[in-house]
Amino acid sequence: MSEPAAETREPTVVVDDVHLTYRIVGKGKQRGGAAASLRRTLLREPLPGQGSVRAVRGVSFTAYRGEAIGLIGPNGSGKSTLLRSIAGLMAPSQGTVWTRGQASLLGVAAAMMGGMSGDQNILLGCLAIGMTPDEIIEEYDAICDFAGIGEFVHLPMNTYSSGMGARLRFAIAAARTPDILLIDEALATGDAAFRRRSEARIRKLRDEAGTVFLVSHGLGVVRESCTRAIWLENGRIVMDGPADDVVDAYQEKHDPGERTARPNARSGVASRAQEPSSV
Amino acid sequence: MTRFTRLAHADPLDAPSPDVPPAPGLQRAGARLPVEEYSRRLWQRRWFVVAYATASNSVGYERSFLGQAWQVLTPLLNIAVYYLIFGLLLHTNRGVPNYIAFLSVGVFLFSFCQSALVAGSKAITGNIGLVRALQFPRAVLPVSTTLVSLLQLLFSLIVLVPILLISGVAPSLRWLQIVPAIALQTLFCLGLSFTVARIGSRIPDTTQLLPFVSRVWMYGSGVMYSVQVFAQGHPSWVSTVLTNNPGYVYLALARHALLGVPVTAMTWLAALAWGVGTVVLGYLYFWRGEEGYGNV
Repeated sequence: MSEPAAETREPTVVVDDVHLTYRIVGKGKQRGGAAASLRRTLLREPLPGQGSVRAVRGVSFTAYRGEAIGLIGPNGSGKSTLLRSIAGLMAPSQGTVWTRGQASLLGVAAAMMGGMSGDQNILLGCLAIGMTPDEIIEEYDAICDFAGIGEFVHLPMNTYSSGMGARLRFAIAAARTPDILLIDEALATGDAAFRRRSEARIRKLRDEAGTVFLVSHGLGVVRESCTRAIWLENGRIVMDGPADDVVDAYQEKHDPGERTARPNARSGVASRAQEPSSV
Repeated sequence: MTRFTRLAHADPLDAPSPDVPPAPGLQRAGARLPVEEYSRRLWQRRWFVVAYATASNSVGYERSFLGQAWQVLTPLLNIAVYYLIFGLLLHTNRGVPNYIAFLSVGVFLFSFCQSALVAGSKAITGNIGLVRALQFPRAVLPVSTTLVSLLQLLFSLIVLVPILLISGVAPSLRWLQIVPAIALQTLFCLGLSFTVARIGSRIPDTTQLLPFVSRVWMYGSGVMYSVQVFAQGHPSWVSTVLTNNPGYVYLALARHALLGVPVTAMTWLAALAWGVGTVVLGYLYFWRGEEGYGNV
């Protein structure tokens, strides 16, 4: 990649030979009751299906202030896991992630509860991302306006359409600007009007945040909004460089028939919209 | 060439040790904070703790017809069942005047320890989505599950008052001593939650084992029988062990406050020691595991 004068570039994220291993206990649903587990524990029988998955295997790169980096790769290539370790949510089993300031994932869904009303969830979600009660009072109207769910804000969230829920979640998550913004396939939720608004908001967040990481399968989105892209496969970096170059090479390999036109490719956005969002 | 240029080449880091940042101003992502700073951040999140606890408490009842009424019905049914089995069928009430009041105080107060223990062991595993999405001191979670258990205790105290009055206990100013007694028990339960939350995050089978542990503990704590009456005719160490176990200590204080069963200053001291000791050790133990909770 081309290199501007070294002195002007301030590293914000340094990922140094990071490995991440998931421990797998059981087969997800297997339980077998209290008696079975007591016996297993006492007799030290190996758990059925115990093992580990190496999600990230030795990734190194440095991100600089002002960069917007797209992480691309097939399902299971370790993109989301890498993002979580940059956010400090999962500790690498080997290697180190260094950041300047706090890196935060854009998303609050995990803190919200379907049985509670929209306004209760705004309170809960904002507290979860670390806002103080005063800040919440200040931001409350802006969040409601941005979500655009009107009177529904007083109804339980499980009465919302999926689009309305996604809008409210996005509005809460985007209420705060972290130093390093991590977005996991969060673009293009809801209807067209909301998508425009949320894209504008992400652009604003990106300008305010020092560095942005974006995990997306929408290659058009990566071309459009990222300056740099990192292509991951099987937990390793295949290619790291200017977004257009990396996306070209990626499509060459995975999608040779359907190369999106380089300038302003929108097809990625359209295809994302049909998949459930993870905000 | 500066080191920044070397960094840009993706295999940069000639940092001499993993503790030294490769460039000034960088911190290790997810590094555990010193305990003072950690505690300060935990305090900053106090409103989240309260909001999350009350929300998870009410969500627990939303799928039932009777809803929040179960907060009161559950302790009532518990008392009915225990009274039937232990009072009427097994006659463990020997030597206990006003058995129904004795049993109710025992069951309600001990349930607090039990539910703090069981809920605490799921504090991390049950909220793993939250742990993997947002950065906050993980101690928020066991504090929040303990708070839910405390809320449930307060609801059962609402049931307890009429039981006491109907069974013939006269109201007294001594009842106010229940406040420090429950405060100390809360410290103990909190410490317990911290401990089992970390263990449960490492060993998923903890959740399956704990019901056994808590049942054994219940039978050893004099919830439905009088430890003094039971200990007669056993070696003295039996009585020493039983009466110093924290489960019994907090029950004894509550029975003292509400029913006038005498306790000594030693009981208060034991309650203080168990409460403060457990919460301090449990908190430190939990804090030391802070970096690993997302990898469960």
